[in-house]
Amino acid sequence: MNAAAPSPAPVGEPAMSVRDLNVAYDRKMVLWDVGFDLPGGTLAAMVGPNGAGKSTVLKAALGLVPSASGQVRFFGLPLERARRRVAYVPQRESVDWDFPVNALDVVAMGLYRQVGWCLPLTKRHRDRAMEALVRVGLADLARRQIGQLSGGQQQRVFLARALVQDADLYLMDEPFAGVDAATERAIVDVLRALRAEGRTVLCVHHDLDTVTAYFDHCLLLNMRVIAAGPVARVFQPDHLRRTFGDRWRLLEDTVVRFGEEAVTSGRS
Amino acid sequence: MPTMIAALTLSAPVPAATPLWAAAWTVDWDALRRVASLADHNTRVVLLGVVLLGLAGGVVGTLLLLRRRALLSDTISHACLPGVVLAFLLGELWFGGGRSLPWLLLGAAIAGSSGALAVHWLRHRAGVREDAALAMVLSVFFGAGVVLLSLVQQAPGGGAAGLSGFVFGKAASLTAADARWIATLSSLLLLAVFLLRKEFALLCFDETHARVQGWPVRGLDLALMGAVVAVTVTGLQAVGLLLVVALLIIPPAAARFWTDHLTTSMALAGAIGAGSGAAGVMLSALLPRAPAGAVIVLAASTTFALSMLFGHKRGLCARALRRHRQARAIGRDHLLRAIYECLETKGITDRASASRNQAGRLPLPDLAHHRSWTDSELRALVRHADADGFVARLANDHIQLTRAGWDKAARLTRNHRLWELYLLHYADSAAAVVDREADVMEHVVGQDVADRLERLLENQVPRFAVPDSPHDLGGKAGPLPRVGSPHAEPDARREVGPTP
Repeated sequence: MNAAAPSPAPVGEPAMSVRDLNVAYDRKMVLWDVGFDLPGGTLAAMVGPNGAGKSTVLKAALGLVPSASGQVRFFGLPLERARRRVAYVPQRESVDWDFPVNALDVVAMGLYRQVGWCLPLTKRHRDRAMEALVRVGLADLARRQIGQLSGGQQQRVFLARALVQDADLYLMDEPFAGVDAATERAIVDVLRALRAEGRTVLCVHHDLDTVTAYFDHCLLLNMRVIAAGPVARVFQPDHLRRTFGDRWRLLEDTVVRFGEEAVTSGRS
Repeated sequence: MPTMIAALTLSAPVPAATPLWAAAWTVDWDALRRVASLADHNTRVVLLGVVLLGLAGGVVGTLLLLRRRALLSDTISHACLPGVVLAFLLGELWFGGGRSLPWLLLGAAIAGSSGALAVHWLRHRAGVREDAALAMVLSVFFGAGVVLLSLVQQAPGGGAAGLSGFVFGKAASLTAADARWIATLSSLLLLAVFLLRKEFALLCFDETHARVQGWPVRGLDLALMGAVVAVTVTGLQAVGLLLVVALLIIPPAAARFWTDHLTTSMALAGAIGAGSGAAGVMLSALLPRAPAGAVIVLAASTTFALSMLFGHKRGLCARALRRHRQARAIGRDHLLRAIYECLETKGITDRASASRNQAGRLPLPDLAHHRSWTDSELRALVRHADADGFVARLANDHIQLTRAGWDKAARLTRNHRLWELYLLHYADSAAAVVDREADVMEHVVGQDVADRLERLLENQVPRFAVPDSPHDLGGKAGPLPRVGSPHAEPDARREVGPTP
């Protein structure tokens, strides 16, 4: 995309670092003291059962949902000062696919911040958007209205929009959810290319079977972080049982009650 | 002019000597000419103002619809009424100039914005659902406006007589000065939306992405709502607050039937709004009793109805046509495959004998047995296939494939059987049901999938040949035929007809 590959994050400065992140929706605790460091240049999966708060970690870190407490730093900086270095790929369901734009328009939206207020897109921007579409294998469909793309193709359009942002950290919410095999391969290729360029990727991932094949780092989450680190160390039966197993329910109940108490005491 | 109104309303007696239709034709040509040629300065200015207003309404409305806030504009416009009346009252009290348009519009803008903010507050702070909040604010503000208006109108002086014009609009009696205000405000609004079009598009399409990128989403949202308030307030006098919402909603909804592109959609909506505005002004100049606002709305909704029917992207006709074409293509494919399989059971498996020889001629009743076609359905299919150049109709209810027809039939049969084999071997389907499953699927897949199937089934199927059917066809299957490459489209359309 551009010639100058970003330098990997300096040693000791994680691409993303989360401390004591607490999030509650209404009265239910969703994240409880979540904390982890994501080293630069890794391809990381965030894994956990449904409702474990995986997407919420990304949304809270990006300020999309309010967090009760906690600190999130990107490359050692608060979000406001690191926005240009972070790109987010939301879940596909988050937008109206009936919207009158084509694939190229959507990808170009990733460049709007660089284009700046009130200025029109130039040919140079459109060319860069096209390059990103080529990278995800959708060059032929650039002019197609987004609603007429298949689910996997829509996911790839979102990925391309993140690629043009030329970020150092990519946060992706279930990029492999409900996509066809061709899309899955295309996404994996892109992820590996990103890592080869020294960038960092954190994916919310639901398919336990492919974690070891696709990723080198793993973060097991169920309301709090169960384990985080290299896949070989983290992706162990013991950890997985603690993430997905029944024993968790006991703690879950405790945490819910704790959350309610926190809310009530906060009101009084 | 009076004659024409009489003719249209039929309220005045028509002279007995003149038939009704003749009376209808005695138009006041002079008035018509004055309006159409824009000879009158006032008409020109009013027309310009309303056209620009329609343009701005269509453009802003497109964004409003995409942001899914259509109902908010209705609430805003109704909320403007108390603002207009209060502004009039205060103006009369303070400087005796309550009738000045900018002053009244300022009052309307403040009240309209308060209405929008009240909806926002009710929703997010008080936890009222959005539809309830919209309905509440609309009725409370409008009710307050009606009460204030009746109080003002009972007051001595009668200076408030014109205020009720804000409810229904009075484009025909706009003064040139009013129209100049409308034109200026609309132009400024268009300029602002033009400058922020990229930001607004991002906001409407993907608010989350805008926030992650650091755009001030709340500010942009306020700006968009401000634009809606501005259009509403600007349009109050011309169209009236009851109907100004139509200028924002109907043109964009109509434009959407014609295009899948945002800029085109905005331009088209603007054009429809401008055209409707022009039509409204022209007609209300001819028929002074018809409220201009209503005429503008009727013009816009006529455009909407036409767009809904004939819009080439999403119109009803276009969609019906697409469905019809698809159904016809599927029917044709079934017919060709049925012919191929009939020929196959007779042992005819090469193009020359199928398309040239006497033996390749099939009686229609043979085909009717093949699928559950009625006689008339089958005849229609054959007629269509004949028109497409795949089948030749012969005497005595016989048909024969053309060369192009044979190529296509062989390719279709091949794809169908590849699917069947795939389903048998890889999807564990029973032989009895693969025919039906493949029937459904083969129309959805393209040649690329057929190629992939081919690679998958490579060791079971000779290349470029139609494999034997995996299930009984009701007759003896012949040897494997060789046909042209499955990639090549038949070039000859109607090369060979019947041969003696």
